[in-house]
Amino acid sequence: MAGLVPIAETAGTAADSGADWLTGWRSGPADGSDAAPDWLGAVRADAADRFAAHGLPDRRVEDWRYTSLAHLTGLELDWAPAPADVAKESLPALVFGREADCRLVLVNGQVRPALSSVPALPGGTVLTSLAGALASGHPGVADLLKRRVAATGGALKALNDSWLEDGYVLIVPDGVTVDMPIEILSVGTGGALPPAYQPRNLIVAGAGSRVTVVEHHVGLCIGGYFANLVTDVAAGAEAIVRHCKVQDESREAIHIALLDAALDRGAMFDSFCFTLGGRISRNELRVSLDAPGAHCRLNGAYLAGGRQHCDHTTSVDHAAPETHSDQLYKGVLDGRARAVFQGKVTVRQDAQKVEGHQMSRALLLSETAEVNTKPELFIHADDVQCSHGATAGDLDAEALFYLRSRGVPEGQARQLLVEAFLNEAIDAVALAGMRLPLERNVARWMAERPRS
Amino acid sequence: MAATAQTVAQVRDLGKYKHGWETEIEMETAPKGLNEDIVRFISARKDEPDWMLDWRLKAYRHWLTMTEPTWAMVDYPAIDFQDIYYYAAPKNTEGPKSLDEVDPELLRTYEKLGIPLKEQEVLAGVQGAPKVAVDAVFDSVSVATTFKKELESHGVIFCSISEALQNHPELVRKYLGTVVPYTDNFYATLNSAVFSDGSFVYIPPGVHCPMELSTYFRINAKDTGQFERTLIVAEEGSYVSYLEGCTAPMRDENQLHAAVVELVALKDAEIKYSTVQNWYPGDETGKGGIYNFVTKRGACRGDDSKIRWTQVETGSAITWKYPSCILQGDNSVGEFYSVAIANNAQQADTGTKMIHLGRNTRSRIISKGISAGRARNTYRGLVRMGPKALNGRNFTQCDSLLIGDRCGAHTVPYIESRNRTAKVEHEATTSRIGEDQLFYCRQRGIGEEDAVALIVNGFCKEVLQELPMEFAVEAQKLVGISLEGSVG
Amino acid sequence: MLEIENLHAAVDGRAILNGLTLAVAPGEVHAVMGPNGSGKSTLSYVLSGRDGYEVTAGRVRFRGEDLLALDPEERAAAGLFLAFQYPVEIPGVTNMTFLKHAVNGLKVQRGEEELDAMQFLKLVRQKAKALGMSDDMLKRAVNVGFSGGEKKRNEILQMAVLEPAFAVLDETDSGLDIDALKIVADGVNALRGPERSMLVITHYQRLLDYIVPDRVHVLAGGRIAQSGGKELATRLESEGYAAFVEKAAA
Repeated sequence: MAGLVPIAETAGTAADSGADWLTGWRSGPADGSDAAPDWLGAVRADAADRFAAHGLPDRRVEDWRYTSLAHLTGLELDWAPAPADVAKESLPALVFGREADCRLVLVNGQVRPALSSVPALPGGTVLTSLAGALASGHPGVADLLKRRVAATGGALKALNDSWLEDGYVLIVPDGVTVDMPIEILSVGTGGALPPAYQPRNLIVAGAGSRVTVVEHHVGLCIGGYFANLVTDVAAGAEAIVRHCKVQDESREAIHIALLDAALDRGAMFDSFCFTLGGRISRNELRVSLDAPGAHCRLNGAYLAGGRQHCDHTTSVDHAAPETHSDQLYKGVLDGRARAVFQGKVTVRQDAQKVEGHQMSRALLLSETAEVNTKPELFIHADDVQCSHGATAGDLDAEALFYLRSRGVPEGQARQLLVEAFLNEAIDAVALAGMRLPLERNVARWMAERPRS
Repeated sequence: MAATAQTVAQVRDLGKYKHGWETEIEMETAPKGLNEDIVRFISARKDEPDWMLDWRLKAYRHWLTMTEPTWAMVDYPAIDFQDIYYYAAPKNTEGPKSLDEVDPELLRTYEKLGIPLKEQEVLAGVQGAPKVAVDAVFDSVSVATTFKKELESHGVIFCSISEALQNHPELVRKYLGTVVPYTDNFYATLNSAVFSDGSFVYIPPGVHCPMELSTYFRINAKDTGQFERTLIVAEEGSYVSYLEGCTAPMRDENQLHAAVVELVALKDAEIKYSTVQNWYPGDETGKGGIYNFVTKRGACRGDDSKIRWTQVETGSAITWKYPSCILQGDNSVGEFYSVAIANNAQQADTGTKMIHLGRNTRSRIISKGISAGRARNTYRGLVRMGPKALNGRNFTQCDSLLIGDRCGAHTVPYIESRNRTAKVEHEATTSRIGEDQLFYCRQRGIGEEDAVALIVNGFCKEVLQELPMEFAVEAQKLVGISLEGSVG
Repeated sequence: MLEIENLHAAVDGRAILNGLTLAVAPGEVHAVMGPNGSGKSTLSYVLSGRDGYEVTAGRVRFRGEDLLALDPEERAAAGLFLAFQYPVEIPGVTNMTFLKHAVNGLKVQRGEEELDAMQFLKLVRQKAKALGMSDDMLKRAVNVGFSGGEKKRNEILQMAVLEPAFAVLDETDSGLDIDALKIVADGVNALRGPERSMLVITHYQRLLDYIVPDRVHVLAGGRIAQSGGKELATRLESEGYAAFVEKAAA
């Protein structure tokens, strides 16, 4: 055993197919209609250089020590997929199981207005495509993007920056409350080669605004694809942004998502991530609590079986005093599945009166499942309350016995306990209408999981 | 008497670091720097068997291919490994002698440290304490080992590792490097090439070691690295409790200490290894102090074996150490109890690794980190449940206490579970000394420094109570001293 | 023994005490009663020297000394004891250890000889027994996991062991049921003597049925609104504080 594996800022080499990874954008979008402004060219070129310098992270990069992208480097990908032919009827049932009031559809990372139904939103709220916003020169979008692209954030973000082209943009003006949940349906679908797509999404919530976004990621193909998503969130003073994500990609998909949120005074960011799909998936949240009173809740539930690998990584930066964070992630693993939870809580110097709590719990249902957990605290102020906890193991034998002694058959008892286990996380979903569909997903997964 | 008040008075007399004086003694040193000749010189000086030299050379050559680890959360200027003496020994000590022959200046040194090298004495200031056998290591060599005769009558071998290489080469060869291989890590590999001395303990089957064994390490010479190597083997059904203490003079330069400790516990054996680490921490501005880069690892090789690490880390400018347990035997138990205090400009990156391989293996980690001044204190730990660690259990509790708003406390645990029947539980908290707690103590007449020491000792209690009683008293005092000047 | 003259004090810049004057002679027990927010707890913290309680005017003489010039531990050494309304938990420090540090901390400050382990043990056991406290409780960490009643009883034990000249009992009755209240009051009464004075701070008259005061003061608006004998407490119980609060505000 060597010492603990080195923490390096960057390591690894560019994928062998490095040229393909970086040159696609230079020839412009597939339809040859690059209407993007000039500044974007420089931004993309810079980012391409950054990616080339880093290469894809390998497991010597501390942040990626438990998630290997070796599988990805072996794939031959279509970096500029032609718009896929998707019929509206083939789209999956909505998360709420009814016609959504508002739904924006992306196919392979591109916004498809014809498949979407976006009604007029209150108070000048804008829901549109990034390509459109860039073409029309929306000033807020350009400003935020320029700032966020300049920020470092690892190789995969650089890769996304270098391909910056489309995605969804949601802008809620100051003081506006959007009552209806905004659903984003992101569809991945294959072609001759697995497509690679890298949407860049923006959520800008003005001071005192309220908005709820439900992201639903699904695969419409058996085969794989590589989705490398970046979502930037800016929440103004006292804004409340709720973000609920259901990741049900195809079983061969690689889904790498980074959400980077910055919160102003008194703002609240509430995130829930429900992970079911994907061959390899990573949901990374970075939240910066930039002013007093900012608060975030990051919760998640995941179910993985077969050879799935799912990674939840969070980093909360308490950059200001009187900021709060709460995190709860719970997962169930079966088959040869592997899960990763990495959670970092940083409290900066002089960020006094901070509270940061985190809990990660994993249930292992099979002999061959694996979970790796790394919760970290970096505390540089003394008047703070921070804690983390982590558990891993099987179902509580005593609870199981108790149920069986009351006549519940073992299989059913296990299912009950697993559902109860996950429900603790699902109960945290602020959007009441979301809970039942999520619970149904859990029940379905339990019923369908292959018996070992 | 209020122990801490007394200590505070002592410290006032002695200056902040009470072991900071230097012994005037004639030394023999090898030339500065490191090359194969130095490795050969050290081996020849100790008249080692050829296999030992070969092993050292293999380590040295491997070391040349390695780079210093940079992942720990510690900052320090690059170390010039050619600017260090790798061998320094008091003259006229060709190896441990009878106590009568030991240089009186050395005896005085240990007397001053409160360490008894005369067998009729017990540890300074502790009345009615049980007997403790001591191996005293001064710079690169062991200068004396006490109670050897009495231990021998039980079949226990307790001597310097140099002596063991002469008298029990087969035992050393059988176990050396089997827990920490010479390729292990940068500092362990360096140690394998140049280790000069250290203690060797062998407890034969079924023997309950009749007294505590302890080694006191003292770095005295200037610009000298200390690279001791300790090997403890507990045979089937045996028991031993071992304690190490360490001090060094106050110097403006940093000094390197890169030790390796290997423990082997066979079936039903139990090893308790306690450390009170009080190397010179440097001054308030961060000048000087020991770089304490240590690899400690124990293998619970036999079924039902047990290894417990207890450490109180108060000294050193930089601490980098992760006493670990490899739980190979079924039902084996690993424990790690740690208090790490970092004050002023000290940096500590310490923790443990519990590697569960066998069935029904259990581990427990209790870590109490205290940061004060501008210090940084990191707990870094790994708990791994291997695929065969059926019914493995781990419980980890990591608490950090911050004193003042310019210090840092970091918790970096790695938890890897590959067995569903294994259960891992980890908890971590951070807190500070409550203003209400301090006021409550002061209202009852307890002075501020004493109150801090009292509250911190309470915070550390779960760990301190694992130390042998007489050392627990010493450790409690040390906690108070280490935090001097951290409030107010 | 204690003379408070025209005491003004502020917390976070907000004036809480506004010219409080009060004198307690040796052997006397005075009660200070007042509604919530009248400054009762502030008075106890100002007397014991807690940080954040700023004295803006006035003076306090304790046994002839300027009390306000002393650090909290020096006030304790001078003989001042505060029984806290909310006793503080100190994890990992047993009651025994805590008391030993306190007893000897006081002795060192007073230039007296410290107690050895045997003398100390004897002293604490004897005091604990009188209060019906078990050895087990002495071995537990200070106030950690104690019930409300146990905490208050623990305060009285500390008072019994430290033998202060002057004790301030801050809402010692809060959170106690009637049985616990009797035990605590018995403990306090046992400590009454010609050389020991007490200031009993309370919201309710109930406690004063058990600890009968020599004088009763009504605190309102940060100063003494009225003083009287034991009967003043009874009157307050039936009439309430409203009249005094109005008077103070006027």
